[in-house]
Amino acid sequence: MTDTRKIDPATNTETTGHSWDGIEELNTPLPRWWLWTFYATIVWGVIYTILYPAWPLVPGATAGLLGYSTRAEVAAEIERVALSNADLERRLTSVDLTALQDDEPLHRFAVQAGRSVFAANCSQCHGAGAGGVVASGYPNLLDDDWLWGGSIDDIAYTVRHGIRNEEDPDTRFSEMPPFDWMDRSEQDAIAHFVRSLSDLAHDPVAADTGAGLFADNCSSCHGEAGQGDRTLGAPNLADAIWLRGSSHEAILRQLGTPRMGVMPAWQARLGEADVRAVAAYVHGLGGGEATAADPSAPAPAPASTAAPAPAPAAADDPAR
Amino acid sequence: MSQNPPALFAAREPIFPRRVSGTFRRLKWLILFVTLGIYYVTPWLRWDRGPNLPDQAVLVDLANRRFHFFWIEIWPHEFYFVAGLLIMAGLGLFLFTSALGRVWCGYACPQTVWSDLFMTVERWIEGDRNARIRLHKAPWDVRKWRLRLSKWALWLAIAVATGGAWVFYFADAPTLARDLITLDAAPVAYVTIGVLTATTFVFGGFMREQVCIYMCPWPRIQGAMMDPGTLTVGYRDWRGEPRGKGGVKRQQAAAEAIGRGDAVARYGVAVDKNAAGTRQARTGEALGDCIDCHACVAVCPMGIDIREGQQMECITCALCIDACDDVMARIGRPRGLIDYLALDDRPPTVPGDRAAVAGLAEAPAGHVAGATQPAWQPKPLWQHVFRPRTLVYTCAWAAIGVLLVVALFVRPEIDMTIAPVRNPTFVTLSDGSIRNAYDVRLRNKHGEARQFQLSLVADGDLRLMLEGGPGRSVEVPADATRLQRVYVIAPPQDPAATGQRSDLRFWVEDTVSGERAYGDTIFNGKDSADARHANAG
Repeated sequence: MTDTRKIDPATNTETTGHSWDGIEELNTPLPRWWLWTFYATIVWGVIYTILYPAWPLVPGATAGLLGYSTRAEVAAEIERVALSNADLERRLTSVDLTALQDDEPLHRFAVQAGRSVFAANCSQCHGAGAGGVVASGYPNLLDDDWLWGGSIDDIAYTVRHGIRNEEDPDTRFSEMPPFDWMDRSEQDAIAHFVRSLSDLAHDPVAADTGAGLFADNCSSCHGEAGQGDRTLGAPNLADAIWLRGSSHEAILRQLGTPRMGVMPAWQARLGEADVRAVAAYVHGLGGGEATAADPSAPAPAPASTAAPAPAPAAADDPAR
Repeated sequence: MSQNPPALFAAREPIFPRRVSGTFRRLKWLILFVTLGIYYVTPWLRWDRGPNLPDQAVLVDLANRRFHFFWIEIWPHEFYFVAGLLIMAGLGLFLFTSALGRVWCGYACPQTVWSDLFMTVERWIEGDRNARIRLHKAPWDVRKWRLRLSKWALWLAIAVATGGAWVFYFADAPTLARDLITLDAAPVAYVTIGVLTATTFVFGGFMREQVCIYMCPWPRIQGAMMDPGTLTVGYRDWRGEPRGKGGVKRQQAAAEAIGRGDAVARYGVAVDKNAAGTRQARTGEALGDCIDCHACVAVCPMGIDIREGQQMECITCALCIDACDDVMARIGRPRGLIDYLALDDRPPTVPGDRAAVAGLAEAPAGHVAGATQPAWQPKPLWQHVFRPRTLVYTCAWAAIGVLLVVALFVRPEIDMTIAPVRNPTFVTLSDGSIRNAYDVRLRNKHGEARQFQLSLVADGDLRLMLEGGPGRSVEVPADATRLQRVYVIAPPQDPAATGQRSDLRFWVEDTVSGERAYGDTIFNGKDSADARHANAG
């Protein structure tokens, strides 16, 4: 505080004494209502912290007199939704999966539920977009190549019991034996032959030799023409999709030290409704096949005559 | 420390604006009636849109994310229309402010309009300025309570109607009105009405000019839009000063016209009759036209004295002009002592040189003519309104308006946006062909369901496939959007399949009306950056 008080001559108001580029600030009093508003906000704040959870303490936070909790609200909301979905879930558990897409509301419910089941449980291996991971041998679920079958029932069975999951007696199981006892030249010949099956660059002479070796050693599982066998989960070697790589070296590696994927059984963990939901979702991703038993549907085929998949993504959405 | 520091807080100084009549007051009444009329009536206008759409002419349908404005329907993705209107509103503010000062504040601002309405109610119940001052000072007896309570009750009724009208813009008005009365309306409606009622009541009734001075950012922003050529309410000090009660002769003229007592009664200000004439006699100084009657101060809703020059508080409502013109007429002087004028409209004289401007003061404003015409003349009004600056604003404003109208008329009734699915960017099928997926959003703005036929334009032999079944048409429900997953497949040896990326165009056609729309996107081949990246692992 200084004793010299400056008065602005134009307004006859005292200045604060602060000066910027020669302009001095007037010491104008604040309006009193502003002060009362300020007090009111303090009172409001105190009341609010008493009524609602506010103060962080060591074991938790003060609960507030109203007992309000966002967590409890969410729980109630989830319970409400679960209750409203209970009927749909019951129907989903009992419905014939092949007829699912005829029941539009149920189908839509299954696909939406399956989407979140997939995101929480399947995306870790198969990827968020279900595109698989080529480097690690996790299958792409979007394409039209299925090791164990791509009908909705096949997919549901795979999800239920897993692949090579030794804890489930009904699991899908097969094993590719190692052919490391073969001569390296014989292995080479087989690899050349396998590459020839899908028109990849190969040595035709070696492939000729390989054809005989293939017929003797491989065709029992992979078929005469290398077209694979879904009952055994034996991959089709004549198509363009290679789970573990199509290079000569990759084929040799798979021949000498075969790697086979393992998938857990999800029946116990997810429950029947969620297994069916995720099957419906995966089936609708673009690679799903019609059930062979269904005479009205086109046969499983490459995408050129692709089977119509259900329409999970086609949701009415007036919001956008 | 010799003196006490000034108080940190100051109470509001009560203002008791006097009733006034005149050109600008009439204009203000007109704008008040028109704006309030539009505000209250608009939600009740009906507009037949057919069976599935609301029949309200102006409706902000938040639940369905539609904005209905008579025949125009705005969807969320067309929000640029609203953005354009906001830009036009901004430019309009620039235009009006640079030409006419703060006319928005003075005439059209809701705070001004409702404050004005509340003051009218106040005047109706409690009387004009003097009566209100007396009541303000009076003890709280029965009469004061009666007047105050009835005033507050009327204010509250207006405030409720204000908040009530607002919610009708967001729902079907007749239905909502019924629901509100039967207490069936949504809580948010009641909360909105409550909040708006409270703010209207407090802001319009009690805070008034405090809102403008302390709470509103516009006064400070608008000051930056004005320049010395802007027309704004001002005082012709070169004509009015030095102010005084007037010379004997002028006072006599005034007395003949209306009588001094009448003037005192009209303006509720004390006139020191003894001072009249004596000042001139004492100093021998010629007095200006301002008789210091304080009429301009008494009518000002902001409680300022415009004769002190441009002030931040001034909302240029021009009621002081009406009041002063009235006084000038009564004392036989030309109008315009306080007037809409520009800062650069000053006679080129040194202050106090009355002789140079005497001729101006004698002649009626705007009619300085004849042999005594001085060299200086004020610029005509239109030159203040039509200046390069205002013309630029007008052109920009009009250009955006024209663009919006054109956009409104050329926009299709069907619409499509395409998002390529990038997880993964492509899928290899067992026959070696490459498949890309797209999320296609189809919008049908018609009032009935339509079949949308999708087709593809691309180099090479690309094939289109809809998820969900054979065929290429999708039914989109009335006034709705449908999301459709679409696959495009390139044969194994096609350049699109083996290359990096190629261009693609989707067409959609409404099979009924033949309307078409297209969207461009790309097709990722095997050699796309993602693929090379993935194969490197």
